[in-house]
Amino acid sequence: MRHIISVLMENEPGALSRVVGLFSQRNYNIESLTVAPTEDETLSRLTVTTLGDDRVIEQITKQLNKLIDIVKVVDLTEGEHIERELMMIKMKANNGQVRAEIKRTADIFRGHIIDITPNTFTVQLVGSSDKLDAFITALGTANIMEVVRSGVSGIARGEKVLSL
Amino acid sequence: MVVRALRDEGVKYIYGYPGGALLHVYDAIFQQEEVEHILVRHEQAATHMADAYARATGKAGVALVTSGPGATNAVTGIATAYMDSIPMVVITGQVMSYLIGEDAFQETDMVGISRPIVKHNFSVQSAEEIPETIKKAFHIAQTGRPGPVVVDIPKDCTTPTERYEYEYPKNVKMRSYNPITRGHTGQIKKAVDLLLSAKRPVLYTGGGVVLGDASAELIELAQMLNVPVTNTLMGLGGYPGTDRQFVGMLGMHGSYEANMVMHHSDLIIAVGARFDDRVTNGVDKFCPTAKIVHIDVDPASISKTIRADVPIVGPAKSVLGEMIQLVKASKKALDAEAIKSWWEQIEEWRGRHGGRFRTDDSELMKPQQVIEMLSKVTNGDAYVCSDVGQHQMFAAQYYKFNKPNRWINSGGLGTMGFGFPAAMGVKLNFPDADVACVTGEGSIQMNIQELSTCSQYDMPVKIICLNNQSLGMVRQWQDMNYESRHSQSYMKSLPDFVKLVESYGHVGMRVDKYSDLEAAMTEAFAMKDRLVFMDIAVDPFEHVYPMQVPRGSMRDMWLSKTERT
Ligand SMILES: Cc1ncc(C[n+]2csc(CCOP(=O)(O)OP(=O)(O)O)c2C)c(N)n1
Ligand SMILES: [Mg+2]
Repeated sequence: MRHIISVLMENEPGALSRVVGLFSQRNYNIESLTVAPTEDETLSRLTVTTLGDDRVIEQITKQLNKLIDIVKVVDLTEGEHIERELMMIKMKANNGQVRAEIKRTADIFRGHIIDITPNTFTVQLVGSSDKLDAFITALGTANIMEVVRSGVSGIARGEKVLSL
Repeated sequence: MVVRALRDEGVKYIYGYPGGALLHVYDAIFQQEEVEHILVRHEQAATHMADAYARATGKAGVALVTSGPGATNAVTGIATAYMDSIPMVVITGQVMSYLIGEDAFQETDMVGISRPIVKHNFSVQSAEEIPETIKKAFHIAQTGRPGPVVVDIPKDCTTPTERYEYEYPKNVKMRSYNPITRGHTGQIKKAVDLLLSAKRPVLYTGGGVVLGDASAELIELAQMLNVPVTNTLMGLGGYPGTDRQFVGMLGMHGSYEANMVMHHSDLIIAVGARFDDRVTNGVDKFCPTAKIVHIDVDPASISKTIRADVPIVGPAKSVLGEMIQLVKASKKALDAEAIKSWWEQIEEWRGRHGGRFRTDDSELMKPQQVIEMLSKVTNGDAYVCSDVGQHQMFAAQYYKFNKPNRWINSGGLGTMGFGFPAAMGVKLNFPDADVACVTGEGSIQMNIQELSTCSQYDMPVKIICLNNQSLGMVRQWQDMNYESRHSQSYMKSLPDFVKLVESYGHVGMRVDKYSDLEAAMTEAFAMKDRLVFMDIAVDPFEHVYPMQVPRGSMRDMWLSKTERT
């Protein structure tokens, strides 16, 4: 099963490489990974999505917790949560029919066209990874020139927080 | 600052080898007397010396190596300590900080190289950080599940002309590191409940009992309930080897009775042991009738390979202590009838003598006989530092350890070349104790250069070399799995070890006949202030038995070249 694991860690050089190293060393899978400092600049928040059965996920969270730079770890998928990913997608749009089609689909998915040239559209879309996948499927891959995805970020619903 | 911090940490010896990046530090070493430096002949030996000091005392040993090749030579020693959870601080020199990343002379990314084989590592950014970083390194190395910590220090952070305020912190607090100090009482209660209702219980204990100083508690708990005890390779000495309740080591080369007890038990209490693949054999066939209580300081060790029914995260000493109190307070008691018949069964297994060696008429010694003699001559009280191979397994099986912290071997990594430097590290710190290095003619040659260090610092260890003229453990696998095609497991051109050690100023002895062994060994141990190398000719065809059948259950074993369970 797919899990979203959120990690709060010291914002120090080498901390990220320890996390990435742990995943490759122990043969854990990484689907996506995002990391950035938090409002407290001594801390970074890292989100990793990974695949594995319960035993593997249990090991992943335990092994992450063991890393000295890591302050806290939660598996967001254990509770109610919100996940978001940002995608920017550049497409060939060199005739009116295609341009209208992209515009309409982007509207349905609540995307925004953020850049235009006579031959291209660049669309920005925010949502769950499934929604981004669905958008690509809906438009077909024929016109796609470039896709950039941020990787998943996540947060728990309700009043639960991951902090010191 | 580096040397001062080590002194303030209470370090007596450091083991190391100088080089460009450490010249400032070595100059500081020269100008003081409180921290004594031992100059090894290869950096790997420095790490093993520091490691063995830690295994014998529980306190972190310290190695000091220069950048580049010095640091990479230390890698094997760091990995050895990591695999066995040994506290150690390794200080590595680094090139000037403004050169880092430029492929400067003798630059290697030691923080990167060591990352997967350390508990933690630090890259010092400025001189002011040194005292606190060293304090943190010791704190991390020695608490929780111990392990090696690397501190990488660029040369310009040790420049003597630049002066800084120095204060060595008494304590360090890290918000991201809070090792567990006691187990969950509710879980411990559950464990005691299970224990008191078991009919065929066994205590399976590992290095965590030895390193966690929990041997006294283990003995008390086992003896108040009359429960059999088996130790892992790392756990030997945690329970006295001569006691009736001890059924021997378990696992791949474990005793017949230990593996039978495990397989047939209904409750396994695992303490400071990690269900390693060399213990469990095929995990899907592992101990089908047993419930499992798993006590470990490291939560990640629990349910990693074998799922625990009652996980308890905490140090062995405090958890076992609480269990003892609960057992004493409990109205429930073990079913005496059940325990009696459990012991009858165990004694029956023991009586079968499965997997014990047999002597024949030839004068050629069996390696097992040499170890039994060593056990006899040293009363089971010596520090036995082993290398890796058949001789290691024979030592584990046939030396009867009375006390913890005396069996010093590379279990997790299996590092040939470990034994001799380890013996040196122990001897230096326990000058009055008997310290033996049990080795093979293959392993000893991996760090033989240290004979020179031993002359310089007068470390009179006893080297017991079981010379079977081959890489015996490799040859055994080739015999069993490759129709005796002995590919590269035989070394022609062995040196004359007696002459070799004499050239360093030590004593060499060659023993060919069993009838000479006792006298020779007694004489060797009587020479308190001399290093003695005993080159002992043993049967080159002997195999280590029992040996578990790969991917079978715990009870599936070869007992000799022809018998199987
Ligand atoms: C550094 C290293 N290289 C290779 C091995 C693989 N290995 C394990 S045991 C062994 C043979 C050891 O020979 P020896 O020291 O003579 O001991 P014996 O088995 O003959 O008692 C080898 C090569 C190892 N454990 N460590
Ligand atoms: Mg040999």
